[in-house]
This record gives sequence, structure tokens and C-alpha cells, in this order.
Amino acid sequence: MLVEIDNLSIAFPTPTGLSHAVRGVSLRIGAQKLGIVGESGSGKSLTARSLLRLLPESAKLTADRLTFDGIDILRANERTMRDIRGKRAGLILQDPKYALNPVMTAGDQIAEAWRAHKKGSRREAMQKAVDLLDQVRIRDPARVARAYPHELSGGMGQRVMIAMMLAPDPEMLIADEPTSALDATVQADILRLIEDLVSRRGMALVLISHDLPLVSHFCDDVVVMYAGRIVERLRAADLSRAEHPYTRGLLNCLPALSRPQPSLPVMVRDPAWLA
Amino acid sequence: MSAARPVTWRGWLLTETPSSRRQAAWGRRYRMWLAFSSNPVAMLGLVLTVLLFLCAAAAPLLATHDPAAQDLANRLAKPTAAHWFGTDELGRDVYSRVMYGSRVTLGMVLAVVLTAGPVGLAIGCMAGYFGGWADRVLMRVTDIFLAFPRLILALAFVAAIRPGITSTVAAIALTAWPPIARLARAETLTIRNTDYIAAMRLTGAGPFRIILRHVAPLCLDSLIVRVTLDMSAIILTAAALGFLGMGVQPPSPEWGAMVATARRFILEQWWVPTIPGLAIFVAALAFNLLGDGVRDVLDPKQR
Amino acid sequence: MIDVENLSVRFRDIEAVKSVSFRVPHGGSLGIVGESGSGKSTILRALAGLNADWTGRMAVDGVPLVPRRDRAFFRRVQMVFQDPYGSLHPRQTVDQALSEPLAVHGIPDGEARVRRALDEVALPGTIRFRYPHQLSGGQRQRVAIARALMTEPEVLLLDEPTSALDVSVQAEILNLLADLQRRRDLTSIMVSHNLAVVAHLCPTIAVMQLGEIVEMLSTDDLRAGRTTHPHTTALRALSVELQES
Repeated sequence: MLVEIDNLSIAFPTPTGLSHAVRGVSLRIGAQKLGIVGESGSGKSLTARSLLRLLPESAKLTADRLTFDGIDILRANERTMRDIRGKRAGLILQDPKYALNPVMTAGDQIAEAWRAHKKGSRREAMQKAVDLLDQVRIRDPARVARAYPHELSGGMGQRVMIAMMLAPDPEMLIADEPTSALDATVQADILRLIEDLVSRRGMALVLISHDLPLVSHFCDDVVVMYAGRIVERLRAADLSRAEHPYTRGLLNCLPALSRPQPSLPVMVRDPAWLA
Repeated sequence: MSAARPVTWRGWLLTETPSSRRQAAWGRRYRMWLAFSSNPVAMLGLVLTVLLFLCAAAAPLLATHDPAAQDLANRLAKPTAAHWFGTDELGRDVYSRVMYGSRVTLGMVLAVVLTAGPVGLAIGCMAGYFGGWADRVLMRVTDIFLAFPRLILALAFVAAIRPGITSTVAAIALTAWPPIARLARAETLTIRNTDYIAAMRLTGAGPFRIILRHVAPLCLDSLIVRVTLDMSAIILTAAALGFLGMGVQPPSPEWGAMVATARRFILEQWWVPTIPGLAIFVAALAFNLLGDGVRDVLDPKQR
Repeated sequence: MIDVENLSVRFRDIEAVKSVSFRVPHGGSLGIVGESGSGKSTILRALAGLNADWTGRMAVDGVPLVPRRDRAFFRRVQMVFQDPYGSLHPRQTVDQALSEPLAVHGIPDGEARVRRALDEVALPGTIRFRYPHQLSGGQRQRVAIARALMTEPEVLLLDEPTSALDVSVQAEILNLLADLQRRRDLTSIMVSHNLAVVAHLCPTIAVMQLGEIVEMLSTDDLRAGRTTHPHTTALRALSVELQES
């Protein structure tokens, strides 16, 4: 298994004591497409980011086991972590507007990401950048390579982000709400692209989202989180057979285009889910 | 929880579910005070400020000598039991002069802040909120004032009218508002396009109501910091004016003027300029700490 | 109730809305869907009087709208914004936020009205003196809706009112809006990028692309797939494929 997590907890100190954002999460991730679904505050992003140890300074991270390809992330030094981040595991964020450097061209940024891990000449790096832009299905890669982030649309920016993350040939891709800032048509394209690239390269994918139907469409397995815990894990294909009332609630409360409803079912939160 | 009315005042003030606006308002004030008093640095600022104003109010009681009484035989004397902080170049008691000087200096600082603050805030908020030609006109005027060296502008103004405390205050206020206006405008520009201001416009509220009730309170944070940082500069500008014969007229004691005239004794009779200098330092520090504390409790998220 | 004819809105050199026309009958509700940059929110802001740079003809209840609206207009037309975190003043309590419209219009009996308004959007009275940062996203959006209803408007403009919320909260807010619309006989326009959300609330839907309304159709036609414009067909296909597979 590429990633092994046992009993992961993340807490933040508050004036009234520790507040637990993630409690006792255990996961195994291999070369598969895993979706982590939950609403805001469910701890889904924190769980995924703990793999790269990219947590807020004040976070208290504990786990019985937290490994990436056998490397103990809890005890690894900063140098080892830098080697994992970017090179072995890429992170795609929600809004490319904030994740790209506004004063560097797209091509330069991808080339730099490639050179940081692969050692090669400038010319070679730029060639590789154009090549990567082609792989993320940008129609005119040479032109986009010369463009600055503000000259790109949201979907195009996200493709550049993905190309950047693919540059060092990572073994895993973590996508944290990669399409929430994008339009529906672009959203589908980007997710299809990610799915295709991951399958073709045999990478592991962790797709974090609040959108349960969308995630199950693009992943093999789905983990549903609620209040810092995993409440249900299932094969994406078995979504309609979900058992936990929270998962069922998430599916039921969506308005559906195909069938009219006079009013939407409202989720009743059972305190027992927290136990 | 809500059934029994809390019996203590504290309970009444701190309840999570106030039953009336009056209770909520007092609870809010009490919480502000709790937050403020739990900040030792801010409390130090408050205590110092209160002490300074007490000194000013009780100057006649605290002073040991007439601040204007000269004793040329005993000039530049070292601190003794009779003259706690020594005497100045005309044999006047430095301690008594510092006490009386607090009235003049603190009064001037307050007067400047209370005129320049609101004026700068109003001009900056209006320029930022209205934009367009109003912004251009107001900001160019501000730039003109900013472009003049502070002291020259104040000098010119005082020279044009009669030197004295009132004109000094007016002159310094004239030079103090432009940076405040710039700051308020920058803050307003970020606030202006938010949804909550759009929602206020949709209530049908006029622009002045929106500026006064919704924009200006949000500019106060940075304004308080700016103004408290400015206070020592205000005292020193007043001193410079006094030194050039355009400010507070002798023999009325004023801290800045005391430092300025005693500058030449700093090596041999260090106490003469140092004592009023320390007074300026303490006053500026007190206002700074107090201002920082007030800014923190103004933001409900900090409480 | 709402008549819009040949409405165009320009931002400097870009024409964000190109000669759009539609009408919403009294008590009706129109949904406008489109992708970002299609101009859907711009129409709403022009209607609400937040953007004065428009040409064309707009009227509410037969009264033509001018770029500068008077106070009476804002009593009749109100708007709810997308981001409940940004649409409430950070330094004002719920009580202050809800009292403000009453103060502006000189409506008496403020305290009782505030209490009733909280009740109407199903918020507990205990949050009346809280600040926005002490509320959840759903509670904030309820406060924003309550504020819009304080002056008892006839027209409610909804700009993506649920897209910043979690899906479970979205369901609650959509139910609340549907309920209010029925009870208060409101005329409304709702803008969203989510076809299913708009279809849930509105019997008629306008589909926008690049500043133009490319298709107007009934929700029944949309549900049944009787679309004519390819953009509508594509949006519908995506919604069905991604959300209901």
C-alpha cells in the first residue's frame, strides 16, 4: 500500500481546550482512485493534507501510523517531506488563481517544477513543459506556455496546475476540490482529464469534494466523512446502496432534474453519528 | 437555562440569551471591558493615560512651585529636595512646569486628534465611497497638503494668523488630517464593493447614512493605530512651532517647548531637557498602548 | 410584475448583457442559469439598482425604472446575495442588521418585527444578539433572507443563494425559499449555475450564454428533455449525468 493511515487525529488548541477536527481516521490508499466526501468542517481536507504534512502551524497531529511508501511522515525531517511534496505526491487546489505565480508565464512555472526534481537544461525543461501542456489537452500548448496566469481562463489555469503537478512524475495526486471554482461544463472536462491521466500513469488519486454524486462518478472507492470521522466507505458503484443515514441524507437532499419534488428532505443529524 | 433569570449582575450581563436590546448592549460593553481588562498591556496604557489626565487636572495641587516664578540665582540646579527635577535656565522648577505643561500639551494633542481625526475620516470615506470626480478632487487636495513639509505648512498658517495655542492646534490639525484621509480612503475602497454594503444600499439608505454607520466604523481600526502613532509627532511639531516663536508663547509651560529650549544643556545639565522628554515619551506610549487595546476590543471577532 | 426589454449592460469595453428581454408575472418566479461570465448576475444587479450603466427598458409593476432608484423602490424590491459570509456586516449583530431596513424606512414597532422575522426564517430568538461570525453559513443566509423580507417586498431577487452552502443546508434554504414564496405571494428571479436548483424553485427558466438569453423554457420541458438550444441540452445532459447517475 502506498499510504497507510491508522487512527489519525488532528486537533487545534482553543481557549477552552483542544478542538478535534479529525478523530481516529484509518485509511489505506493504493494505486486507486479514492474520493473523500464531506461537508465543510468534516475534516476531509485536513486528512488529505496530513499526508504532505501541510497543516496549519497550530495543528496537533497524532496517529498510530502515518506512512507514505513506508516513510513515516510523523517523524520524517523537512528534507524528506520536501522530497515527497511535489515530487512524489502532487496537490491540486481549488482555485488556480491563487495557486499560480502571477508574474511568471505558465510554461516557466511548469519548467521550474520539472527542473526542481529532474535536473535538466532550461531548453529541455521548456520542451517538457510544452509537452505536459499538450498532455493536459491544451490545444495550443506553445502559446499557453508563453501566457501569464491572468491571461488564462479558470479551466485553463487548472490544466496548467495539473501539468505542473505532473511534471515530476508523482506516484500520487491529491486534488482538493479541484473544480469547485469552475463551471459545470469545464468541471466535467477537468475531472475526466484527471481520471484519464491517473489511470494511464497508474497513479493513486485522492479526490476531495463536497459533491458525493460527482465524486462517485470519477472514483473507484468513496469515503464519507462527518465531523472528523469516517462514517461510511463503499465502492463508488454501490453508492445507491449506501447504508449510513448521513450518506443517504447527502444523496436525498439534492434537488434532482429528472424528478420534481414539492420539498426536499431535510437531514436530521443524529447525535449517535458522533459516537 | 433560560427559565431562571440570572440573579447576579455578572450573570445578567454575560447571558448568552439577552432578553432585551438594553441588556444586549450592556452585555456587549461589559464583554468589551472584560476583553480589554484581560490585556495587561492595554491596561497599562489606560492607567498611564488616566494618571496623565489626573496630573493635568490636579496640577495646582501637585505643583510645588509657581511654574513661571524665576530664580536666576538658582538656575540649572541639580535635582534636590526643594526642586525634585531641578531647575531650568531661568531657575524655574522643572517638576512644577512639567505638571502644568501636561495641561497645555495634553490639551493640544487632544484638540488636534479630535479635529484632524473626524475630518480626515470624513474626507477619506467620502472620497473612497463616491469615487469618480469627488474622489479626484478630494484626493488632489489631500495630496497638496501632503506635499508640503509639515512644519512649513503649520508655520505659514500660524504666521498668517496670531501665534497662540488655538492657532497652533489649528495649524497642526491642518497638517495631521491628510495621512488619515489617505488611510480612510484606502480602507473604504476595499469595503465599498462588499456585498454587505450593497445590501445596505438595497435597504434604500442614503450614502451618508451608509458612510457614517457602516463604512466609518470599519475604518476606525487602522485610524486609531495611525493617530496614536502620530501623537508624539504632534507634540514635537507643537514644540518646533513654539521654538520658532510661533507656538505656545512663553512663559506658559509646554513639554515640547521645554525640550526644545533646554536642548543645549543636554550634556552638562541633562535633567533639564530629559524630564519633559520623558513626559512626552510616557504620554505617547500611554496613548499607543491604549489605542492598540481599544482597537482589539472593537473587533467582535477578537473578543 | 417585472418587465425587461432590450436590457444591455456594458463594463467599459465588454458588453456583459446583450439586449435581453423577459417578463415575470405577478407571483411567478423565473430562474436564470448560465456559466460564469454569462451575464446572469449582472441582470440582477441592474434590476436591483446596484449598477446604473444600463440601457433598455425595465419596469416593476408597470412603473419604469430609472438608473437612480428612490426609497420606495427598495421597499418593494429586495435581494439575497450568494455569499452569506460577505453579505452581513461583520460588526453588527443580527438585531442591528434586521433593524436597519426598518430604521431607513421609518417603520415602527421594530423589536416585535425583528422577532417575527427571525421566527419566519426558523431561527431561534437566542441568536438575535449574535455577530455573523458566531453563526453557521446556513444561519447567516437565513439572516440575509430575513433582512430582505423586513420591508415586506413584493419582488425578491436571489443571486446564487445556496451555492456557497453545504448540500444539506442548501436543501433547508431551498425549502425555506419555496415556503416563503408561497406564503408571501412573492415574485422572484433566481440566478444560479445549478440547473437542478433552479428547476426546483422556478417554473420557467432562462438559459444564458455570453450575455444573451439563448433559450426560455418551462421547467417541465427541461425535465422532459424538450430543449432546443444546444447549450441548454449540454447543461441538462451534464446535470443528469454527473448528479443522478
